Amino acid sequence: MAERERAATPPRGGVFVPRTTVMDAADLRRAVTRIAHEIVEHNHGLDRVALIGLQTGGVPLAYRLHEALLNIDGTDVRVGTLDVAFYRDDIGLRPVLPEEVTDISFDLTGLEVVLVDDVLFTGRTVRAALNALNDYGRPRAVQLAVMVDRGHRQLPIRPDFVGKNLPSRFDEQVDVSADGVVIGDVVPR
Amino acid sequence: MKHLLSIEDLGRGGIEEVLRLTDKFVEVSERAIPKVPALRGKTVVSLFYEDSTRTRLSFETAAKRLSADTMTFSVSSSSVNKGESLRDTVETIEAMGIDAVVVRHRSAGVPWRIAEWIDASVINGGDGWHQHPTQALLDCYTIRSRFAAARDPGGGPAFGGLRIAIVGDIKHSRVARSDVQAFAALGAEVVLVAPPTLLPPSLEGWPVTVAPDLDEVLGSLDVVYLLRLQRERMTEALIPSLREYRTRYGLTAGRVGRLRSDALVMHPGPMNRGVEIDAEVADDPRSVITAQVSNGVAVRMAVLFLLLGSGSEIVSTPLDRPVPVAVGDLA
Repeated sequence: MAERERAATPPRGGVFVPRTTVMDAADLRRAVTRIAHEIVEHNHGLDRVALIGLQTGGVPLAYRLHEALLNIDGTDVRVGTLDVAFYRDDIGLRPVLPEEVTDISFDLTGLEVVLVDDVLFTGRTVRAALNALNDYGRPRAVQLAVMVDRGHRQLPIRPDFVGKNLPSRFDEQVDVSADGVVIGDVVPR
Repeated sequence: MKHLLSIEDLGRGGIEEVLRLTDKFVEVSERAIPKVPALRGKTVVSLFYEDSTRTRLSFETAAKRLSADTMTFSVSSSSVNKGESLRDTVETIEAMGIDAVVVRHRSAGVPWRIAEWIDASVINGGDGWHQHPTQALLDCYTIRSRFAAARDPGGGPAFGGLRIAIVGDIKHSRVARSDVQAFAALGAEVVLVAPPTLLPPSLEGWPVTVAPDLDEVLGSLDVVYLLRLQRERMTEALIPSLREYRTRYGLTAGRVGRLRSDALVMHPGPMNRGVEIDAEVADDPRSVITAQVSNGVAVRMAVLFLLLGSGSEIVSTPLDRPVPVAVGDLA
């Protein structure tokens, strides 16, 4: 979702043309459930776990994971949202959307923070998110959950929980929504 | 957008964009560590040829919260005292490598001249009697957060139906000029209340009505905006005495009792307590004067970010040009 929005916004501009559906809604649901199980297993329970969804694509996923964790373990883990616009290294290249709010109403100090995003690509968003998290306390550990890892990393960052590894061309677009994961191209308007 | 010189440059679309972005910076300001690295490596200079407490400090705080570097130019300890011209001063500062200048000057139009001379962004921090755009933006934000947000969950300004009185020394007030344009652009009804000697010589083109008597309009107001009696700009006897001014136009404890319970009392500061506003009124629950100051920092963060950081263009829509209101019976 977020990737498509960014690609469709000036100055780059363009229209997303879907090509292949890689995961459908049921695949996505199963992946969310599996990642939730992995989070419980990895952290030996959920007592100190908090989910932070990265605006915008990671936020709905974070809430879906929250729901899955509630079903599995009965624990109501804390959920926050984070907009990294002011922490990016490419400020000015993409617009800041006022709707993308940061809302972390709890101190992160001592927590196992799971960053949640839809697509892991260059790793720059996650780099910015790690910077931003510093301002909210000192987590005991930070983990990364993504629905799609599409490769092309430009920074030494790797995910702890992955929905699907999806090798892609650099100029392709990957769109994650509630309906599934679609790979496609952005063509100029 | 390169410069912020007047409210007119912004238009309704620009005002709304600044207000929406301000929400984000209010959130930043409420954090335990209210600082983001958005403008790292940028330098913002405040060039103040006139005294200021809140505008200068507010801009410098805003710049620092965005991680920009700040420089302060104070006329009294500079080479202006050795006769250096405005242009030479500005070009010297620019040669040091800066990204934005916040300028305040006693003469109207100075920010426009500076914008012609240098490549850096110019922000008008008040020029003469003319414009003070960031004050108007923070006033709009304060009003929006008290009224419009409750009405419009989408967060749009939606000033339609609001009745705002600006009371006092309109003639010498750049705040009034910017506020009138901004409030009207967002759809509010603006009433000016002042003695005829403190109104501008002509109100042609101003989207306002004029009420000579404060008591007459008091009960119908959503916002009463008090202006400071600018004694430093008054070269002639425009009011008989401060006491008489207070009696007719001051927001006294008695008058504030006749305001609606959800009305707002605003003042751009600095206040003359006991002249345009009674001391206890300034501390009334309806007074949002300190909220104006804290919103000022977030609004100026939004402005600096839009000019220096975002790279996005403000979509400017021209202000409506309303029908001039006859003021013949004032003289």
